[in-house]
Amino acid sequence: MSMLHTVNKSPFENSSVASCISMCAKSSSILFIEDAVISVMKSTKFAEMIESSLKDFKIYALKPDLEARGLSLNNVIEGVEIIEYEGFVDLTTEHDSVQSWL
Amino acid sequence: MKLGILINEGPYQHQASDTALQYVKAAIEKGHEIYRVFFYNDGVNNATRFASPPQDDRNISKEWSALAKTHDIDLVVCVAAAQRRGILDKGEAERNGKDSDNIEEGFRISGLGQLVEAGIQADRLITFGD
Repeated sequence: MSMLHTVNKSPFENSSVASCISMCAKSSSILFIEDAVISVMKSTKFAEMIESSLKDFKIYALKPDLEARGLSLNNVIEGVEIIEYEGFVDLTTEHDSVQSWL
Repeated sequence: MKLGILINEGPYQHQASDTALQYVKAAIEKGHEIYRVFFYNDGVNNATRFASPPQDDRNISKEWSALAKTHDIDLVVCVAAAQRRGILDKGEAERNGKDSDNIEEGFRISGLGQLVEAGIQADRLITFGD
């Protein structure tokens, strides 16, 4: 049973990103969309949390949302996969269920 | 694959409806079936045809409406959430003694059972909200 988790809040705004990472089962995938995409940038105070969680989860970020916020793709943490909406659709169909952290 | 979509936020506070719209377009492009889009809570504010944003602003009600027309998508608005926010079709306007209806073409007003049904019938239910 594989689950896709989507998070749409910045870690600077609330604890959704940290809660998701601490609670979701290993082998889950996490997709950051909307304001959550800043989570995958290097050098923030959350970078270490994201980097270490890459051992347990696949982590994705939505490219159009990174670009809309002026976040450079060159500064994304290594190991995080950058995807388009097509990739978002594939993730939802490849996993058994989708959990939105709202 | 059959996909159900739940939208919980309106057009001017959160990105939810925009993200959902782009997701649905991509899903259709990939050959998936959109079983239903259900608008709940403030999400019902996506369903008014009276919204008149400036011409250089995106008009998301019209975008949903056009997409539904082209691809025959079922856009359902929660009746209880809609009545609270003044989203009415002809029948609801008459029933509530209002002088007009304002629902956008392609949307229909129905009950929460439609969301439950989408959850059962669709292979995935994806929620877009705050």
